[in-house]
Amino acid sequence: MNIVACVKQVPDTEALIKVKADGSGIEEGGIKWVMNPYDEYGVEEALKLKEANGGEVTIVSLGPARAMETIRTALAMGAEKGVHITIDEADAYNTAAALAAAIKEINPDIIFCGQRAIDDDSAQVGSILAELLEIPQVTIVTGLEVADGKVKAIKPIEGAQLVIESPMPCVITAQKGLNEPRYASLPGIMKAKKKPVDVKDAAALGVSIEPKAKVIKMTPPPERAPGKIIGGDDPAVKAAELAKLLREEAKVI
Amino acid sequence: MAKGVWIVAEQRGGALRKVSFEIASAARKLADELGEEVSAVLVGSGVEGLAPELAKYGVDKVYVADDAIFADYTTDAYSAAVAKIVKENDPSILLLGASVQGKDLSAALVGKLATGMASDCTDLKIDGGKMVAVRPMYAGKTFAEVVVDSFPQMASLRPNVFAMVENAKAGEVVKFDAGIPADALKTKVLETQEDASGKIELTEANIIISGGRGMKGPDEYKILEDLADLLGAAVGASRAAVDAGWKPQTDQVGQTGKVVSPNLYVACGISGAIQHLAGMSSSKYIVAINKDEEAPIFAKADYGIVDDLFKVVPELTAEVKKIL
Repeated sequence: MNIVACVKQVPDTEALIKVKADGSGIEEGGIKWVMNPYDEYGVEEALKLKEANGGEVTIVSLGPARAMETIRTALAMGAEKGVHITIDEADAYNTAAALAAAIKEINPDIIFCGQRAIDDDSAQVGSILAELLEIPQVTIVTGLEVADGKVKAIKPIEGAQLVIESPMPCVITAQKGLNEPRYASLPGIMKAKKKPVDVKDAAALGVSIEPKAKVIKMTPPPERAPGKIIGGDDPAVKAAELAKLLREEAKVI
Repeated sequence: MAKGVWIVAEQRGGALRKVSFEIASAARKLADELGEEVSAVLVGSGVEGLAPELAKYGVDKVYVADDAIFADYTTDAYSAAVAKIVKENDPSILLLGASVQGKDLSAALVGKLATGMASDCTDLKIDGGKMVAVRPMYAGKTFAEVVVDSFPQMASLRPNVFAMVENAKAGEVVKFDAGIPADALKTKVLETQEDASGKIELTEANIIISGGRGMKGPDEYKILEDLADLLGAAVGASRAAVDAGWKPQTDQVGQTGKVVSPNLYVACGISGAIQHLAGMSSSKYIVAINKDEEAPIFAKADYGIVDDLFKVVPELTAEVKKIL
């Protein structure tokens, strides 16, 4: 099987995010960069499919020079090769267009993406990619079976789970619960250094760098009005006060 | 010249979902500022009769694609239908709800319409004739104002954030043929496995009682369930509780769980790590019950009680019972 897993390098979830003084973006100094957690589920599923069916896994990533480190992590987990499309930043549509241009050359049977990236939280790239490649998609997948050129994907919706069938090739966006991603072993990390990564420039791939969706300003999160700690020693008395406040002041019960 | 503020209404099983009225109201507000009309796209099977409900919330026209192939939502069928009618009419703005279906459909439409979108927005404004969308980024550690430089300017709206405002308009029904050849549809819903009956979906709940590491174990959630039953609330969990195996992943509120925006969120034994806040900071009112006075959750709570949740919660249930 010819399998692709897309990965994005993002700030670690613990990272302190500071907006630049001019609101034009975030301060990048001192950030610990990691593989987008949802992409880990995609890489793991790709590796499991390869181990079950034979074939190879290609990691594709769009990002600045530092993103190479994340590609190497995926190679250390067991993928065979990588493609690094270099660009400083891109909106969702242009990211998907760049990925599509690179992936068309690979012509895979299945493509994994994370269901969203935890920096922009946009949740668009995987879907746009499927549309540009003109192949079907199933998003936010928590279970997957592949057989006879088709996939059966489990997708949670509000109050239910769907079992969706799709022919291949298709795009699957991975959700937490799909699998338990493996850690890269030390031998894996050593081997990864020698695995081939093809570096391509986004503009050379014919991809526009003009964003369709632009962040014009970044601001700190909206302030909440300061709250009150209900004083006293008796839990029963405090609970009664809370119930009264919720009823009469907040009017939520 | 792109004109008109459009929404894609969401229905399931022939009933409109609440987020449809939220996005209709948001669209109406933008349209009034722009001096334009609000149109809704409604895709489904046997759904034409739902148009008047949309009209109630400010929708001037409802474009309906009604066919058996739309009985179950699939990305390919619904996106093909909506893309067709949108391309024929060239609206300026297109809004969807950031529900499960909305997130899926809106992203596919971004691809089909080759445009840009601000996802999971908490506010929308008009500035110089353009839509400015406000949305959280980095798990809500920052907020961003986003402008789309192509048409339609797309945005998906976080459920339970935008007010439903009644504003009766015509809701004129215009049926359209999605014109999708049968072999163009590739995905199929084989099965729908409903969750346990009576379980309230977190992302739709008005009140959530949530438990974290301080709950100490799965059985202890009974006291939260008692309170929740009384209030018609849903019960949520923090990542710590899910990782400990006390609650399933689908109950997790947080950055790698669900984003919820209830009227009331009661956090019991939850410290308030930034990743948890990412999932519930849109809540209108936050209550924290935790015996650790240093817990970061208290900085975000509207009301806090520093005490043992095992003493406080049953007392709270008793008091609420008296009031209701």
